[in-house]
Amino acid sequence: MELLQLMDSAVRLATPLLLAALAGLYSERSGIFDIGLEGKMLMGAFVAGAFSAVAGMPVADGGWGWTHGMAWFGLFMAIIVSVMLSLIHGFASITLRGNQLISGVAINFFAAGTTVLVGQEWFHSGGMTPTLKDNQRFEPITLPFADAVKDVPVLGPIYSDLISGHNIIVYIALAAVPVTWWILFRTRFGLRLRAVGENPAAVDTAGISVIKQRYAAVIIAGVLCGVAGAYLSLGTSAAGFVKDMSAGKGFIALAALIFAKWQPRGVLMAALLFGFLEAIGNKYQSVDLGLFVIPVQFMQALPYILTVVILAGFIGKAVPPAAGGEPYVKER
Amino acid sequence: MNKTLPKWADVLLIPLLNLFLALFISGLVVLFIGKDPIEAVKVMIQGAFGKYGIGYTLYYTTNFIFTGLAVAVAFHARLFNIGGEGQAGLGGVGVALILMSFNWPHWTIAILAASIAAFVFGAAWAAIPAYLQAKRGSHIVITTIMFNLIGSALINYLLVGPMKAPGMAPETPHFPPGASIPTLHDFFGLFGIAFDKNSPANISIFIALAALVFVYILIWKTRIGYEIRAFGHSEKAAVYAGISPLKITMIAMLISGGLAGLLAVNTVQGEAERLILDTVQGAGFVGIAVSLMGRNHPIGVLLAAFLFGILYQGGGELSFAMGIPREMIVVIQALVIMFTGSLENIVRIPVERLFARFGKGEA
Amino acid sequence: MTVETQNRGRSETAAPVAPAIELIGVSKSFGPVQANKDISMTVARGAIHGIVGENGAGKSTLMSILYGFYKADAGVIKINGIETEITDSHAAIAAGIGMVHQHFMLVEPFTVLENVIMGAEDGPLLRPSLAKARKVLTQLAKEYELEVDPDAIVGDLSVGFQQRVEILKALYREADILILDEPTGVLTPAEADHLFRILENLKAQGKTIVLITHKLREIMAVTDTVSVMRRGEMTATVKTADTSPSELADLMVGRHVLLEVDKQPANPGEVFLEVKNLSAIDHQGVEKLKNISFNLRAGEILGVAGVAGNGQSDLLEILGGISPATNGEVLVKGDPIDLSRKASAAHRRDRGIGHVPEDRHQRGLVMAFQTWENTPFGYHNRPQFRKPMGLANQKAMLDDAKAKIEKFDIRPTSPFLPASSYSGGNQQKIVIAREIDANPDILLVGQPTRGVDIGAIEFIHKQIIGLRDAGKAVLLVSVELDEILALSDRIIVMFDGTIQGERRPDETNEQELGMLMAGMNPEEAQ
Repeated sequence: MELLQLMDSAVRLATPLLLAALAGLYSERSGIFDIGLEGKMLMGAFVAGAFSAVAGMPVADGGWGWTHGMAWFGLFMAIIVSVMLSLIHGFASITLRGNQLISGVAINFFAAGTTVLVGQEWFHSGGMTPTLKDNQRFEPITLPFADAVKDVPVLGPIYSDLISGHNIIVYIALAAVPVTWWILFRTRFGLRLRAVGENPAAVDTAGISVIKQRYAAVIIAGVLCGVAGAYLSLGTSAAGFVKDMSAGKGFIALAALIFAKWQPRGVLMAALLFGFLEAIGNKYQSVDLGLFVIPVQFMQALPYILTVVILAGFIGKAVPPAAGGEPYVKER
Repeated sequence: MNKTLPKWADVLLIPLLNLFLALFISGLVVLFIGKDPIEAVKVMIQGAFGKYGIGYTLYYTTNFIFTGLAVAVAFHARLFNIGGEGQAGLGGVGVALILMSFNWPHWTIAILAASIAAFVFGAAWAAIPAYLQAKRGSHIVITTIMFNLIGSALINYLLVGPMKAPGMAPETPHFPPGASIPTLHDFFGLFGIAFDKNSPANISIFIALAALVFVYILIWKTRIGYEIRAFGHSEKAAVYAGISPLKITMIAMLISGGLAGLLAVNTVQGEAERLILDTVQGAGFVGIAVSLMGRNHPIGVLLAAFLFGILYQGGGELSFAMGIPREMIVVIQALVIMFTGSLENIVRIPVERLFARFGKGEA
Repeated sequence: MTVETQNRGRSETAAPVAPAIELIGVSKSFGPVQANKDISMTVARGAIHGIVGENGAGKSTLMSILYGFYKADAGVIKINGIETEITDSHAAIAAGIGMVHQHFMLVEPFTVLENVIMGAEDGPLLRPSLAKARKVLTQLAKEYELEVDPDAIVGDLSVGFQQRVEILKALYREADILILDEPTGVLTPAEADHLFRILENLKAQGKTIVLITHKLREIMAVTDTVSVMRRGEMTATVKTADTSPSELADLMVGRHVLLEVDKQPANPGEVFLEVKNLSAIDHQGVEKLKNISFNLRAGEILGVAGVAGNGQSDLLEILGGISPATNGEVLVKGDPIDLSRKASAAHRRDRGIGHVPEDRHQRGLVMAFQTWENTPFGYHNRPQFRKPMGLANQKAMLDDAKAKIEKFDIRPTSPFLPASSYSGGNQQKIVIAREIDANPDILLVGQPTRGVDIGAIEFIHKQIIGLRDAGKAVLLVSVELDEILALSDRIIVMFDGTIQGERRPDETNEQELGMLMAGMNPEEAQ
């Protein structure tokens, strides 16, 4: 039972990582490093929280007094704004051939600053949005028969507790994995996307625009980061935006992506692994090993430590897309 | 062949134009949250240069010189050290450990010991990411960010656990009195110059100035600096010339981390006089903007650090006087990194075209 | 710029035969460099047309314009008699032009099929396109001797097969005009012969072929007509049957050059370098060198011939201290050198081994460094460049640079210019000056004249021979057989990581070396 709870919580915690890592997958497969996943997610979280809050606020308090669709509206706006940040990154790294790492870092700071700045201006509570309720959030969905099969041994609880009872974004994120695989390996778009990250000159000489292909990838990354962000503020127990709530998840997602060797299924596994670790860290504040006690701070730092271990390649060596990080310049 | 720009345009004109763009857009952000940007600039300048403000401005400038140099040294080896935050934090731990261990007979010995400890601890915190980059190819950008987060958890643990002073607050005991270093008030007092008594600025600013000279000599006058630059321009060429990538990566990052660690002499020994939570306050990240704006050159870093000192002190005033949150500074910092870093070509390309046309007319 | 499809294809019916390609007054500049000056050229349909010229004569630029990679500053392009504006590769493909680039434009982790369909897919889903391509490839394989496993990963194929994939890509796009840019540079003579048979087949089917090369032998062997380019201009177009290699060489260079190099017979002394059973496996597990043994004596030049990628680069890098060996022993004047991962190029220099690397842009020079910083590169820790406290003796570096600029005639003469602002020949002179002036016992030389203009080639060759005559040992790796034959006192031929044979230059010829380079044994083949 305890394990089931842990796994349930792992799925919730894995969701933003999964979405962000898939965003990184599209971007990096096309040859654009995106260290700004973190910032886009944070911005998405704020925009989703803020617009959902304003839309659902009574007219008397200066809101719009909606009763339905606030969460969806928040999600929509999060995607729009996240894509705008993506386009800045694309403009810097594709059109202007600037440094992709620096661009990503700048976007992260920009998001960290503006979310609090605008949040304070709009809600006057230290950058937080008001607590979101009901249709301002994505509520858990009970899948069909979840209650009916609850008492079936083993499979019943797995279905009703672990599989059922998440909000829509969790299911979207899980569905995004096979969809991404299909797009990447079964469609023309995917073929060109993978090619442009490996050898842009080959794509160019095949009569395909490298620039358009890369912009498309970067925009998809923006959409997915927007969804990931919206999940943080509208789909978790935070119930609203809190300053710096992405807390390094964008970077962990990048590590998960490397761990996954840029493969969609691997991304799912890696995200679940990190989610599981975080779930353990949350559940067991400090672990008493008899001889000594592992402090709570260590448990909190565990995902970060694991990220370093994974990047160190102690768990298999990963080969990134060959043209990653390099702007495409026609050779003379 | 394609060098169309004269040197002054390259090192002065383009950074200034980019800076102007960044500040212009910052102004638009201020407008967006319904405040008056002109008023904001006035408040900031008054705040930064006022009788009380200047001390804080110099205090921040000191921090940013250290972190800006840290990023710059790493950049010369084409390493992007985003770990200044963690390295400076750990520098604080080093300062606290050494200063609490002895009764210091004189501050001169204390500051020397604290500097060494700060440097060593900061360097140590950069060592693992550096080693993993050189040996395992682990992306140093991500590992240094992870080390910021791990470092923050570690300091948290130390301050509520082993190093905690009796009482509620997560902090170490006060350092012994001999460890206290002169403030700028004390220093200028020797020459009969009045300086705000309550400002945190202290003589560690001279260590920062010395670090500027040190980095200049290191990068442009020593053989190691020559190897660092060669490696930064082309790793393959460096290997051909018998320069060890592992050695250069380690040296550049250890120096980088050490420089970041020195920040703690200013904040922990100079200001707080005990180790508290979050002594770095984002200075590690500001270092990125400072280094980019300063073109990784000590003179540029000095100017950029001073500019950010003004922004930080003046930005603090903004929240008192106009209710603009401190995060405004983070936004400005982001825009400066963007325009002097990744979007640099937005100015460079048109300026190069202009010069090309102008140059042709002359020829 | 619509292309009328009825004009394309193997239409013998097109009565008034317009030339396949007609260029009128095409010009192109890159900044101050004019790569193509007012070029006019006609290529008849169904012909194999050669374009010859030295490195940097503008051949590749011209073809890149034709393929839409660059846009011409001026001029008109007519394809099959119709004026066509080729704005990008897409437009070139639509006009029926296909190109096989010198550096293949393939996605290595992809299969052959994926590479072939990319950009020519029939719809948003891959499956139908892949099925169709599989059929077409089988067809083309039969028609033109172009067999390739459609499911092979391109990165695993040999260069010869990769080139076939490139040709298949063009044919799959129904190209009528096929441009090949230096197609034999990486091929063995046997592979090259196979390629020429393919080209003949294509010609028989009515395709037009443009062959860019700097190898006159190939031009004479397969082309119908030939154009000569020199310094961005087209100097002549002649029927191949009416010309000779020496006439073409004159047209290419503009003055009579002797490929012979003036040198005295060698006077070999003691053994300076002894390589015993040297083997190397790279980090991907590929065996690069297989049990190599040879000697190099003082006062001789040992030429290493072979098609690129048969272990010569690895040999240079191991001897130069850049990469480790897995097995074997190397003795310098009788003492072993470190072949482990700990080896460093600095140690090699201390042992008297100088190294002119194959790739001067990536290895030999730091392009952003000024000349006074590049001239001591690799020797910067020598006593003459040291000052106490780890400082560099910058005055000594500068004086040294000035002396080398003078002695090796490096132009421009300022020591304060970055390496990127020199011509290829002068960049190479900086490297040669540094390595020869350090007075090594053994000099490793890789592709000394790649991308170097004729004048500098002569100078560099003289320097190498001068070093030999001073009693030093030279190991010369080059893919240019002419260069190997002209400079070497002995020649070893490498194939697939082994030494396939050893010959003396006066007792062999290009044909025999060519067979060795292809992994064949001439005696057995007889």
